[in-house]
Order: sequence, then structure tokens, then C-alpha cells
Amino acid sequence: MTQASDRLLDLNSVGKHFGGVIALADVSLHIRQSEIYGLIGPNGAGKTTLFNVVTGLYQLDSGSFQFAGQSYTRCKPHLLAQAGIARTFQNIRLFANMSALENIMVGRHLRTRTGIWGALTRNAAARAEERATVQRARELLEYVGITCAHQTLAKHLSYGEQRRLEIARALATEPKLLALDEPAAGMNATETVALKALLQKIRASGVTVLLIEHDVKLIMGLCDRVAVLDYGKKIAEGVPEEVRRDPAVIAAYLGGETTTSNLSPLPQAGEG
Amino acid sequence: MDIFFQQIINGLVQGSVYALVALGYTMVYGILGLINFAHGEVVMIGAMVALAALQALLAAAFAPVLAVLLSLLIAVAACMALGYSIERIAYRPLRNAPRLAPLITAIGMSIVLQNLAMMIWGREYHSFNLPFTSNSHHLGGAVMNDVQIGIVVVALVIMAGLMWLVHHTRTGRAMRAVAENPAAATLMGVDINRVISVTFMLGSALAAIAGFMVSANYGIVHYYMGFMLGLKAFTAAVLGGIGNLRGAMLGGVLLGLIESLGAGYIGDITGGFLGSHYQDVFAFFVLIAVLVFRPSGLLGEKLAERA
Repeated sequence: MTQASDRLLDLNSVGKHFGGVIALADVSLHIRQSEIYGLIGPNGAGKTTLFNVVTGLYQLDSGSFQFAGQSYTRCKPHLLAQAGIARTFQNIRLFANMSALENIMVGRHLRTRTGIWGALTRNAAARAEERATVQRARELLEYVGITCAHQTLAKHLSYGEQRRLEIARALATEPKLLALDEPAAGMNATETVALKALLQKIRASGVTVLLIEHDVKLIMGLCDRVAVLDYGKKIAEGVPEEVRRDPAVIAAYLGGETTTSNLSPLPQAGEG
Repeated sequence: MDIFFQQIINGLVQGSVYALVALGYTMVYGILGLINFAHGEVVMIGAMVALAALQALLAAAFAPVLAVLLSLLIAVAACMALGYSIERIAYRPLRNAPRLAPLITAIGMSIVLQNLAMMIWGREYHSFNLPFTSNSHHLGGAVMNDVQIGIVVVALVIMAGLMWLVHHTRTGRAMRAVAENPAAATLMGVDINRVISVTFMLGSALAAIAGFMVSANYGIVHYYMGFMLGLKAFTAAVLGGIGNLRGAMLGGVLLGLIESLGAGYIGDITGGFLGSHYQDVFAFFVLIAVLVFRPSGLLGEKLAERA
């Protein structure tokens, strides 16, 4: 089995509830270095809650998780970002009134130092850092395939570009783990193909990818391993083919019907 | 026509002060969605500290120009510390409370600071005289003295500097990011508490400078001076569109002009029935008009962005 040292993220019996609603119950996951790990499940299964827990937006109620050898139970989001977890959101959360370039430059915040004094005195170190930040932001825009319009406000970009800009902004933090919450939602077929290529490129660069997605075809074609959540519990885990044939998964998705050909797009409204 | 030009000059000078104070209101609102009603008191404390420092430095035989600059610096430092403390003590513990709670705390903070100043400096008016003569210059039929020229020039430089800071530095980007989307900003590694502290300190530094300016212009300081000035600067921020930095600057200058022209002509318009001491009426007439006809302000776009 997996060596502990290959593991990047270990969730140990993580639980989270909101009042009487159990969002996550005793969920354990082990994500290895440099794999693409898919997380699927019906709406309300707890996928986004799990993301919010590992990025520090929610504090977990029981269990703990280890990231890169460090154990966390309560931690502020900016410190987890520092540790190397970056994410995107299901409903895009860019800085809408800042330019595409500036959005990525905010992502560099973590890896840059200039304080207010450096900014006011404009010393050599501050100027060099600012130049490097702009340079890196341009490279990242190109990397995710947004070539034109660096100065365009984020809110004026097309939907697909906004999704890719969010990925670029997350990459700017130099993450070890990139957590993507439904990156293909609302994309057309061409854009999804491009996204798949981008995610493979990101994995090849050594970044581990954790992916929530409803597009089952994308998940099956991209992920090394997949876990399925249903009502806050992990009901299956394994390589995509295995999971696809798992009766519990089929029951969860299709209410007991046994069709394997097309599990894809279920309605995607209102997941918290 | 002479009165007209004179009132334009007076309006620009007073408007510059309003603009600097309004920036403090609008920056805090932009990031926290909070009206910091204690901000006017920070202006007053800035003026009081500057006066105390100036007197002490002159008594210690510092050169006049050096004493003025040092006392301004001391006031700025004191107000930055004050602004930081206000946020830590009064607002941070209420960060997740309903919106009404910090608003009431802000009013409470304002009263505390006023009374503190009254205990330290007394209830009397203090004269604030710069240790050099301010020459008057005749422009057409109007008069503008060195202090007034200084106020407008310094205010312009500071506002340009602030805009540059907010739009072209790492700190400024972090401030805008937090204002736009705190959750996303914190996930990018931005420490929100730090950004909020920096915002309060910047706003308070501007307040200290404004306090110095208004005292040097009128030659008088008083523990109650921050109240009306704060309210008017708040009006200026609302006029420009609260949360919007350019709006605060525009609103400040416009309000200064409206007030000044209104005070200059109200006697003529009402046939002497109302005099120039009714000038405060204009600021609040503007506030009511803006709230009724354009609640998002001149440059504000998105009302109720924060629910």
C-alpha cells in the first residue's frame, strides 16, 4: 500500500455538522503526491464542505487532517495557503473590479514581502519584487491560456476565461495541492477539452490536484483515483473503472437503476 | 465677482480637509462595511497632539519650521497608534456581530475620545498659531495665504500618493482584494486582520494631517471640533459614493465648495433673512438630497453589495 511519505493530504475521520445537519461524517481520504484525485457525489453530498474544511474556511468538528506532514485541526485560511493549499470556487470568486493581471498578483501576495515602507521608499528590493510579480503574473496568464487583455477587468472576461483565471490565481500561490471546485461547470465541450489538457499540464509540473466535478466523463478520463461522497459519507474509493461499476455508487447516483453508460450531468443547483 | 472667487478659494481649502477625512471613512467602509463614527475624534486628537508637540518643541528652542514638521509627524504617529487601538479594542471583537453593534460601539468610542480629550486638554478653546507669518497673496480680487496654499498642495500630494499606494503596491492590492472578496483574499494568503489594521492606520494618518491643517487654518483647537468635521466628512464620503476613494476626494472638494458658496450667497438670496452662520445647513441638505435622489453617491455603482 501507500507509504506515508507519498501522502500529501490525509483526512482522518473528519466530521462537520451544521446544527443538526451532518455535512461530513467520519470521512477519511489519503491523497498522494502528484496524483489527480477526483471527488464526486450527488448534490449536497458534502464535497464543497470538505473543501472548505481543508482550506480553513470551516473549522472541523471532529477528526483532523495532515497536510505535508503537518497536522491541522483549527487553522486560519491564510496559514493553510502558506502551507501550500490553493483552491478555486464553484461559483467564481475573482476580484471582479481588478484586472486579470492584478488578480494573479494578489495570488503572489503570499510569496512576496514588500511592506508599506518598501512601497513608500521604493527601494531596489521593492522595485525588483514588483517587477518579478508582474512578470510571473504574465507567465501564469499565458500558462492557463489567457493571452489577450491583461488589463481587462476580471468581470469582463468570458466565463471560461474567468474559470482559468481563478486557476492561474491559485497557482500563483505556488501550491502543493490545487483544489478545484467544479472547474468545468458551465464550460462547453471545447473548453472542457482545453481544461483537461491544462490540468494534466499542472499535474506534470508536480502539483497535486484535488477535483470536484459533475462531468463524470472528465473525472473518469482524468483522475488517477476517485472517491464518492453521499450524505457526508465516503461510499467508495478507487480507480475510476472500479468506482464506476460499484453498486453503491450507481445506487447513490441513479436511485438504484443500473445503467453505467452515462452517469453525467446531473442538475447542479444550490450546493452549499 | 470678488466674493465668488474668494468663496471658491475658501471652498477648495475646506474641501481639501474634508477630502482627507472622508478618505478615512470610505477606506474603512470599503473593507469592513462599517461607519467608523470615531474618525472625527481622531482628527481632533491629531490637532490636540500637534498643538501640544508644537508648544513643547518651540519651548525647547527648535527652529520653527523643524518644530512644525516634527509636531505634524508626532501627531501622525499618535493617530496611527490610536486608529490601530480603536480597531483592536472596539471593532475586532465585534467583527461577526450584527451590523448595528459595531455602529453603536463607534458612537460610544467617539464619546469616550471626546471626553478623554476634555479631561486632558480642558473645555476651553486653544489658539493654534504657527511660529511664522503666513503671507497673503492677492489673486484677482481674492486673497489666499501661505497656509491655505500649503493645505491644498499637501492634500493633493497625499491624495495622489494614496491612489498610487492603493493601485500599484502589494499592500494596496491586498486592500482592494479584501474589499472585493474577503474569503477569496484570505485563501490567497492575505492576512485580513493585518490589512484591516493597515487601513485604520492609513486613515488615521490622513486624519492627523487634516487635523493639523484645519487647526492651522482657523488658528483654534477645541475638544469638540471633531464632531461636526467628522459628520461633514462623512457627508462628503456619502456624496461621492461611500467605499469609493475617488468619490471621497470628489465629494470632499464639492462639499467644501457648496458650503462655501452657500454661506457666501445665502444672505443675498434670502434678502438678509439668513446669514453665513447657516453654512452647516448646506452640508446636511446635501446629505439628505443624496440619500433621497442618489443613495449610491456620485461615483458609487453598487449599492447593497454587502448584504
